[in-house]
Amino acid sequence: MRGKTRNVGIYVILLIFAFFFLLPVYMLLATSFKPLVEIGMGTMWLLPKQPSLEGFTDSIQRLSPNLWNSFLLVIPATIFSCLLGSINGYIFSKIRFPGINLLFLFVLFGMFIPYQSILFPLIQFLQKTQLYGTIWGLIITHVIYGLPITSLIFRNYYMEVPDEMLEAAGIDGAGLFKSYFLILFPLSIPGFVVAVIWQFTNIWNEFLFAVTITSDPKKQPITVALVNLAGSQMIQWNLQMAGAIVAAIPTLLVYIFLGKYFIRGLMSGSVKG
Amino acid sequence: MRKFIVLMCAILIAVVAFGSQVEIFSWWTGGGEEAGLLALIKLFNQLYPGVQVINATVAGGAGTNAKAVLKTRMLGGNPPDSFQVHAGMELSDTYVIPGKMEPITGYLKEWGIFDKFPEDIMKICTYNGEVYSIPVNVHRGNVVFYNTAIAKEIGMKTPPKTWKEFFELLEKAKKAGYVAISLGDTGKWTATHLFESIMLSQFGPYKYNMLWTGDQSFNHVALTESFEIMKKITPYFNKDHAAGDWQDASRLIFEKKAFCNVMGDWAEGYFKEMGWTPGVEFGWFAVPETDVAFMIVSDTFGLPKGAPNKENALRWLKLVGSVEGQDLFNPLKGSIPARVDADKSKYDVYLQWAMADFGVKALSPSIAHGSAAPESFATMLNDILNRFVSDLNVNQAVKSVLEAAEEEGYIVK
Amino acid sequence: MYRKKKWLGFLIISPTLAVIGIFVYGFIGATVRASLSDWNSFKKLLSGEFVYTGLRNYERLFADWRFQTDMWNTLFFTVFFLFGCLLIGLILASLLDRPLKGGRVFQSIFLFPMALSLVVTGTVWRWFFAPGILPNDPAGINVLLGQIGLKSLQWNWFTVTDTIGPFNLALIPVIIAAVWQLSGYTMAMYLAGLRAIPESMTEAARVDGANAWQTFWKVKWPFLRPITLSAMIILGHISLKIFDLVYSMTGSGPKNVTDMPSIYMFEKTFRSNRYAEGSAIAVIMLLMVAVVIIPYLISTLKKSD
Repeated sequence: MRGKTRNVGIYVILLIFAFFFLLPVYMLLATSFKPLVEIGMGTMWLLPKQPSLEGFTDSIQRLSPNLWNSFLLVIPATIFSCLLGSINGYIFSKIRFPGINLLFLFVLFGMFIPYQSILFPLIQFLQKTQLYGTIWGLIITHVIYGLPITSLIFRNYYMEVPDEMLEAAGIDGAGLFKSYFLILFPLSIPGFVVAVIWQFTNIWNEFLFAVTITSDPKKQPITVALVNLAGSQMIQWNLQMAGAIVAAIPTLLVYIFLGKYFIRGLMSGSVKG
Repeated sequence: MRKFIVLMCAILIAVVAFGSQVEIFSWWTGGGEEAGLLALIKLFNQLYPGVQVINATVAGGAGTNAKAVLKTRMLGGNPPDSFQVHAGMELSDTYVIPGKMEPITGYLKEWGIFDKFPEDIMKICTYNGEVYSIPVNVHRGNVVFYNTAIAKEIGMKTPPKTWKEFFELLEKAKKAGYVAISLGDTGKWTATHLFESIMLSQFGPYKYNMLWTGDQSFNHVALTESFEIMKKITPYFNKDHAAGDWQDASRLIFEKKAFCNVMGDWAEGYFKEMGWTPGVEFGWFAVPETDVAFMIVSDTFGLPKGAPNKENALRWLKLVGSVEGQDLFNPLKGSIPARVDADKSKYDVYLQWAMADFGVKALSPSIAHGSAAPESFATMLNDILNRFVSDLNVNQAVKSVLEAAEEEGYIVK
Repeated sequence: MYRKKKWLGFLIISPTLAVIGIFVYGFIGATVRASLSDWNSFKKLLSGEFVYTGLRNYERLFADWRFQTDMWNTLFFTVFFLFGCLLIGLILASLLDRPLKGGRVFQSIFLFPMALSLVVTGTVWRWFFAPGILPNDPAGINVLLGQIGLKSLQWNWFTVTDTIGPFNLALIPVIIAAVWQLSGYTMAMYLAGLRAIPESMTEAARVDGANAWQTFWKVKWPFLRPITLSAMIILGHISLKIFDLVYSMTGSGPKNVTDMPSIYMFEKTFRSNRYAEGSAIAVIMLLMVAVVIIPYLISTLKKSD
């Protein structure tokens, strides 16, 4: 009986939190279904009087080519950065040689830099290598700046795998690659889930690199197109908000489908710094 | 045989179509601006069917993002074929002085359109005797838009001519329970936009224009007076002005919560979009004591050095400089053509008012919209006003403006 | 055999080391170099001519009123943002760390703000906290507060210029927005941590008669401490360089009450064309991050050896 009342208390607190977490979402949804005339700061809590799908149909029509670009960008960038991160994580966690921790530090620090500060040199570099303005330029950029975090995630994850397991394989004569592919890789799913979620959402939502590296609107990913939905002088908020929802669907799906593995993945070791 | 010729022609066109393009860079991504740009591109395609137009647009924050992207591209030696830029120093200081632009005076003369623009606006587009960009549209900056219902309620018969009359109206509006004058300065530039019109009223167009040519000192009582007026206006703002942008400010007028605001005439486009008719639900007049002048906000296109498709870029410039181009673009965007010989009948009653004034009044360059001064000065002035609107310290503000002006090499003695 | 492995290992990570060397350290070097130059106009920058000006750009910054405000804002923002995320994350995780019907739904709700782009959430939160014209014409959250009878809590939110010492109160709504976005992340980390605690240990504590509070401090906290530290590092570096959210939510605010170094840097570099001064801000931001991160990284790596 006591347990039951306690659970009720917990539900109440959780519901209060959920209410506050969802309040901005309500606004997002309500606005996206309103015609332009109904939108204003004073009226934002009202439900749409004359709900209209205009915001959605318009934004889907305008965003769909860029949605495709985003997939072309995010999928390879996520795959490459996670695979490379996994291999790096393996080396950094299992191979001991002097200075390897320093090297890890050297890589890890890259994750903390403010990206605006390296924008000019980056673009000059891409221009010199003919990668500027291409999706591949953007993919490479995201892979490189994603390496520190993915390496970190996998290193911490593999730290939890007992060395004995690998050593046993070593005695069996399995080489470096063999022990990675035969022993670590099959164990890596939870690590990959964490890394994939992290990379997928970050790259999907990233704006700064996207807008500066790709200038042809036919090649731009969805974040840029989303901002472009706003005119420079007049902003149609229903279009904006509906567009924001459309743009968020893929990341939301990733969370919904991988979300339960996310915590499991964090649990299996990658939480410790 | 005939079939063969047709086939060859088709192949030729196809080859041209593949081999030839032109990249036009702008921040016109929505609303009437986009419609205008797309109409121009369509016309271009009709005239030059073989040329593929790449419509490179970056939106957001009155062109802030676009400008950042353009800068990185220009810096990396990767210019578009032609790009949108505000007339004047925004182009000159940033790109002309570093030697990144081609002069186009010769082309304008060759096309016979050099003298089709008012002299003052050509002056703004000129650096060291050469024209560097073609103005496609003109907005007027020094306009007060007001809600006619409120105006009637507070007994406004004729538009106020002086600040004194204007303040009397503001007081009446405030007493009647309205926001007297609305502002939305999240993006900072709107405060500058208001302030430059006040400066124009205090210096007068003649002296105001000479500030930027180095013939008039900033150290003048008119500068102090301008801040005094700004100080007097501030209590009439909506208290939440820092929470919105110009659109939120205009919205207050639309919702009959605010009497008026000072904005460029894109606000007219907004009111029309909301279903209002110019002259019926909303009215307008020039900012008090600036009736003799026309604060220009103008978008122009220029020719970067090293444009990959120079031939086509020139075709584009020729098109935006033509009467057809301007009369196609401007009614859609809600601005007036920069040419004096455009067809007035295509514009609404408000724009006709602006066009009539454009032809005859002194033209003054805007600071907030990049024409008068380099971007660094405009940014500093934004910061100064952002601070001033909160602390209302006139002496501090004047001192900061003089410092900023000195840093840019203007006269402050 | 073992020696060969080491070489091979180094060989495998060397491409990563090379690209990080160029894309991180090389570019930082270029930025540091620029911050010591006179590239404060496009003309000078494009000329490519390097004129060494020593620390002049830095001196100018530290004398700059706006930059001083930015430094305080960053400090307070980071402290409160970290505190908020950790506290709410911990509360949510503690609540959800039990078999609960619908627990997964709650988890998803708290996690999902992370899936949204900061540009979007910034705009939404700007609307949310837009105060309207008090007292008669409130907007946003003030409307709701009025309707549920909490009129006294109506406030001008991010448009106020009031301060407590150097702390700008206008930062509070920005902090709330940031906490909203990222406390789901701390929740997930804590939840993972709590679930990793062997049941036998909490059971043992209970048998020993420890109350919930004692169990938490004595048994759970030691497990959660390293998690807290790594969450602090991840969140700390996000907050020190935060840009998108603040830029689209409040901008600099009146009197720069919500201004951040990253916004100032963006304006310096891309609006004013003062590339050298912008680079100097970037370098200072980098140093702030480094001061926080490097000692932590070194200490954790030492421990893991």
